[in-house]
Amino acid sequence: MSMAIATGTTTAVPQGLQLTETMRGWLRSDGRKGIRNTVVVAYLVECAHHVAREIAIPFREHDVHVIGFPGCYPNPYAETMMERLCTHPNVGAVLLISLGCESFNKYALEKKVRDSGRPVKTIVIQATGGTRKSMAEGRAFVAEQRALLDEAPTVPMQPSELIIGTVCGGSDGTSGISGNPAAGRAFDQFVEEGAACIFEETGELIGCEHIMAARAVTPELGEILEASVAKAARYYATLGYGSFAAGNAEGGLTTIEEKSMGAYAKSGASPISGLIKPGDVPPHGGLYLLDVVPDGEVRFGFPNINDNAEIAELIACGSHAVLFVTGRGSVVGSAISPVVKICANPETFRRMEDDMDVDAGRIIEGRASLDEVGREIHDLVVDLARGKRTKSEELAHQEFVLGYKSFEPIGPACLPV
Amino acid sequence: MPNPSRDLSPDLAPPPTSTDGRLLLLFEGDNVLVARMRIRAGETILVEGIDATLAADLPLGHKLARRAIAAGEKIVKYGAPIGTATEAIAIGTPVHVHNVRSDYTPTYHLMDAEKPEART
Repeated sequence: MSMAIATGTTTAVPQGLQLTETMRGWLRSDGRKGIRNTVVVAYLVECAHHVAREIAIPFREHDVHVIGFPGCYPNPYAETMMERLCTHPNVGAVLLISLGCESFNKYALEKKVRDSGRPVKTIVIQATGGTRKSMAEGRAFVAEQRALLDEAPTVPMQPSELIIGTVCGGSDGTSGISGNPAAGRAFDQFVEEGAACIFEETGELIGCEHIMAARAVTPELGEILEASVAKAARYYATLGYGSFAAGNAEGGLTTIEEKSMGAYAKSGASPISGLIKPGDVPPHGGLYLLDVVPDGEVRFGFPNINDNAEIAELIACGSHAVLFVTGRGSVVGSAISPVVKICANPETFRRMEDDMDVDAGRIIEGRASLDEVGREIHDLVVDLARGKRTKSEELAHQEFVLGYKSFEPIGPACLPV
Repeated sequence: MPNPSRDLSPDLAPPPTSTDGRLLLLFEGDNVLVARMRIRAGETILVEGIDATLAADLPLGHKLARRAIAAGEKIVKYGAPIGTATEAIAIGTPVHVHNVRSDYTPTYHLMDAEKPEART
């Protein structure tokens, strides 16, 4: 390990990096390819979070990301999420950090990761002898894996092998006019090329359910899509709040229906091939709705407590990258997969350009068309597999949130083709 | 068969000359227009051939009435209903949380009076 890495003073990818000629990826044993080769340090209860973070800090700008689950009580959804994230194609090696007495099934997770062909190690803090010893052991493992992954060969990759998610956050009255429809245009292009694209937040599709259902590849799937939005409407009605923050209103959005119409535009115009739930990986190319609202009676609180919980779910479904449309100006990135920030509002872009990858507000000011910005988003995602980094990656953003939920598995009618 | 999603994509063509170019009509059937930049309080703007004077700033992305809207009438944007007017709204006046309610869940917002300073 070089001194530069040890002190965290350098970024993994130097300024002025030459992009590779074509897309390249790291081939995994399940046939999927990653556009990043990240070491994940995963805490299995909040009590192990500090140790995990301390292990990762020297490597924070060198593709070592912290994820984890804070709860001490078991939850099948969270265990599935952690398994899918630790075996995500963008992940090359995994370090699990357990306090020792939590309920999380660390043995099952370690086995799943090992069976995927990835190097994995579990440190149990109580058995290792506390914070200091666990940190030292953890940093040694990470340094060793980082050095190996940096030498790992890549293989050619095609756009059809990509899975791309989309989310909007910090939305305002511009989101539905510029950023979201431009992201939709990029989705259309990717679906045409054979990629899988995932849109989500059924709580932000309230009011759009009928027009959305008309795009389903089968009538049965259309009914399922409508039912997922009805479930979201019930869930949020019970909680007393819509998926709507105070800043949305300040930015000119008046109702959840208005926000929904804007958010829906992210899905583009392709037929909808299926409905998936967190952790389900799309079986082939096409457009998918991710149902993020838990099944059954309302428990555990809000479906997703913030944007990063949604991003984590999109990534658990295999997303190599996430398109994040913002109007008010979100700065977040994510662990594991790059987040492309598309700024819908031209005033926000001028104020926060350092955090934004795409200036979609040009559409509102008449300086670019939806198609032009859509192509720009598409090409930027392709470039992420040629060595390009997003603004949030360069700024070492790696937010991550995972909470409690419960889901029933999807039925066959959810994936009709 | 027309594609329902494509139809939702906003039409960003220049508005009719009877309306100020800083206002955006997203869909022909809409009864609201969207500000494509901040329009200052006191300015007189043309809305469907009628002169309207703004009592307060209309920020980028906010809406005003394209025609007179009656209490109880649906607000239509992107060609779809986005809520119900809670009072009569005159042409050229702002359409927002003070005169519209959701048909699904109430909108949570912070009152201007609660802010330490008024935004400019």
